[in-house]
Amino acid sequence: MREQLLKVRGLTVRFPMRREGLIGPRRWLTAVDAVDLEVAAGQSVGIVGESGCGKSTLARAILALVVPQGGTIEWRGQSMRLDDAAALKQMRRELQVVFQDPVGSLDPRMTIGESVAEALLALQGPQAPGAAATRVAASLREVGLDPALATRYPHELSGGQCQRAAIARAIVARPRLLVCDEAVSALDVSVQAQIVNLLDELRQRHGLALLFISHNLAVVRHLCDEVVVLYLGRVVERASREQIFAAPRHPYTRALLAAVPHPDPAQAARTGLVAMREVDAVPQSATAAVPGCAYLPRCPFAESNCRTQAPRLEDAGGGQLIACHRWRELPVAR
Amino acid sequence: MTSDALLAVRDLSVEFATPRGVVRAVREVTLEVRRGECLAIVGESGSGKSQLFLGSFGLLAARGSARGSVRFDGQQLLGADPGPLRSVRGTRVAMVFQDPMNSLTPHLTIGRQLTEVVLDRDLLGPQEARARSLEALRAVRMPDPAARLRQYPHELSGGQRQRAVLAMALMTEPDLIVADEPTTALDVTVQAQVLDVLREARDRGLALVLITHDLGVVAGIADRVAVMYSGRIVESAPVRELFAAPAHPYTAALLRSVPRLDTPLADRLASIEGQPPHPGEERPGCAFAPRCPSAMEACRSSLPRLRSAGDRSVACHLPCAGTAFAP
Amino acid sequence: MAGSTPASVMTDGGLWADARRRLRGNRAAVAAAVVVVLLVLAALLGPLVSPYALDHVDWTLSPLASPPSLEDAHWFGTDSNGRDLFVRVWSGTQVSLLVALLATAVSVVIGVAWGATAGYVGGRLDGWMMRVVDVLYALPYMFFVIILTVVFGRSLWLIFLAIGAVGWLTMARIVRGQALALRQREFVAAAVTLGLPAHRIIARHIVPNVLGTVIVYATLTVPQVILFESFLSFLGLGVQEPLTSLGRLVAEGALEMETAPWQLLAPSVVLATLLLALNFLGDGLRDALDPRQG
Repeated sequence: MREQLLKVRGLTVRFPMRREGLIGPRRWLTAVDAVDLEVAAGQSVGIVGESGCGKSTLARAILALVVPQGGTIEWRGQSMRLDDAAALKQMRRELQVVFQDPVGSLDPRMTIGESVAEALLALQGPQAPGAAATRVAASLREVGLDPALATRYPHELSGGQCQRAAIARAIVARPRLLVCDEAVSALDVSVQAQIVNLLDELRQRHGLALLFISHNLAVVRHLCDEVVVLYLGRVVERASREQIFAAPRHPYTRALLAAVPHPDPAQAARTGLVAMREVDAVPQSATAAVPGCAYLPRCPFAESNCRTQAPRLEDAGGGQLIACHRWRELPVAR
Repeated sequence: MTSDALLAVRDLSVEFATPRGVVRAVREVTLEVRRGECLAIVGESGSGKSQLFLGSFGLLAARGSARGSVRFDGQQLLGADPGPLRSVRGTRVAMVFQDPMNSLTPHLTIGRQLTEVVLDRDLLGPQEARARSLEALRAVRMPDPAARLRQYPHELSGGQRQRAVLAMALMTEPDLIVADEPTTALDVTVQAQVLDVLREARDRGLALVLITHDLGVVAGIADRVAVMYSGRIVESAPVRELFAAPAHPYTAALLRSVPRLDTPLADRLASIEGQPPHPGEERPGCAFAPRCPSAMEACRSSLPRLRSAGDRSVACHLPCAGTAFAP
Repeated sequence: MAGSTPASVMTDGGLWADARRRLRGNRAAVAAAVVVVLLVLAALLGPLVSPYALDHVDWTLSPLASPPSLEDAHWFGTDSNGRDLFVRVWSGTQVSLLVALLATAVSVVIGVAWGATAGYVGGRLDGWMMRVVDVLYALPYMFFVIILTVVFGRSLWLIFLAIGAVGWLTMARIVRGQALALRQREFVAAAVTLGLPAHRIIARHIVPNVLGTVIVYATLTVPQVILFESFLSFLGLGVQEPLTSLGRLVAEGALEMETAPWQLLAPSVVLATLLLALNFLGDGLRDALDPRQG
């Protein structure tokens, strides 16, 4: 049994919005709504969803960058609280992140060597003289960068090289789980493939677990064993890679998969969207507390029950979880 | 080269004067767009795909200059006087850019921005302008068009904003729309709807130029595809043939490196080594040679010229097997 | 990724080298820098070159105030007390520059620390810190300095401390704004995930990235301080004998404007040139350090 690295239960993150009028009740934007999540050692979990689904906020809460209003986060069995400095320090060493903007995630006034070294020193304390430089060079080599580039500044490098440097910084202290927040979305297509391969290699070489957040379903399919689908802050489906892509069950997952254009003119010439109502074909911001299913306005299969009761995650067999009242009745295959 | 091409670009070069010397963003590009056709321009960063059209329509930044010939419906655009240029640009040719929030003025309502397009040019009176703006919003499948007219850009979602920008483009009933990465910033479900709108416009006879790096989008809407690399066109072909049998190694490698949902999983993605060239990077031979798996000596020293066979063309010394170009 | 103008080609030497290059291309700024350097050199060397001491009264002249002449090496003339103006002008320039530099240094140190902390930490601390700034801003600056000098006497140290203590307010506001923007950047989030404490992040990531703006505003503060000190001198509250400053000289010269115009001419020209050059230089620095390439 692989070790459970990350265990998230009932995580809720809300942001305050303007009050109604001067003294009305304060309104809240619920970015993450009672989300459960687990990542085991060496496992690769993908989080997919569109804008406003809360995936980035979820990542930030896990990284202790924002304070959740509810729920628990456990790292290797220990409950993470922002006031427990020692536990947090240990978690930081083992849980690292790669962000979306390759150039923006590196301090423009520091060379990439300095950025990597800073991570090493911050996470593993002072090093023996010369040892730090050696480890920085080793880390750069491991991500496919010539160690001579350590003296360059981020704006002198290409997007792909910067992202490699960011990965080098993230792995220099040998973390056990790497959170990738849209880590390849800002890269050129030809470079995306390189970085995806790199992440895969690092996974296999070091037994690194991945929490891969992306809106690009094809990349998630390539990289992740398990997939979690978020809609307006709630988990609507969670399943293994095979289950999700071969037999998606939640109406939103189906719509999402159907909307991805295949690079194949014969297939792509059909009208794009299947099974999603045109109504207000955009996710509304999650302001009002929705009593029923969040997907209701767009769901072509909605019925009266969906309006009043929020569906809970149910096991559809084989570990596939779905939050939908009607999942049993809906046709299975895509 | 047909004479009824709506847009005919010949040997267009775009250069920028920078403190470090001249940057050639577009190098002697020749292409054409026919009426009612969708041409997709595929390229990564540094390929010059955006500058190509900014240069064609006189929208370059201060230090840029364009040479060559750009004819729209027979009329030469390069070097044209500002008056005639403006009468083409914005009325017969409309451009749509990537980030709709940048194209929309934050402090004006959508309705105002739509009607402004025709009122400013004295094309329609106020009543007709308003009627047409409603039509345009319906044409882009904007939910609840009447309400949208009174709203401000920040009250709309990303997808709605992009559709508003498309509606603005349609206001003057143009012959050609040039869309630069119109769906890149959008969710995939919204992208599908925006692409539907573009397809409908194309089916109604509108010519469309779609600049993108997303091959899925290309497959879904393009009739012809031109692939750009380092300022030049390296391949152009009808869409089905390009995808079925790419002739240029770059196109082939690009197609192989894109992860897909419909093919069996592989261990590694077939990536292209190295990185895309910087804009204006200069090289004696083929710009793709450093990254090309089948590069020969000749590729590094001599620049391959664009050769045509039927309605396909490729610029390569060693085109892929299985095409009319293979040696 | 390529920018909208394809000018983001590789550079070497980092952002400072880039800025230096841009500055060199700005001819007005380079000329201004040269002028500033020349004035500083003149200020340092001037008094050494002249045969006269700062407060030496030349009794050989009649009247004591005499116009510029070459024979007796009174190149700028003498003032009403017979003291050589050449030496006094350059000594005064030294003092003005010293006051300005020290006062600016005080503003920078306090302002950057205050603003960076308020901007980065945010929340209630930011609120309180900036309320303090707002309140101090509202105090009548002029009265405050005047009262200080009256109460504590007119020492040089007090003057620049007083000026600097008020000058940091603007710097703090500017730095806070920059820090607020920087806080949103991903490299700051990355630093937080490394577990770095707030003071380390402020020192290593926020401050170096606001330095560009700080340099610009510091360069533009220096002439403001010189002017303010001159104003104080005009009120009779500036530096005391035996020291003199450009402001004092201008004030004294203004009194004799009709009878001995040269007394006003030399210090005014030097003062105006210095201020102009510093402002041009500051503008040039702002353009050079702006990270957006044009």
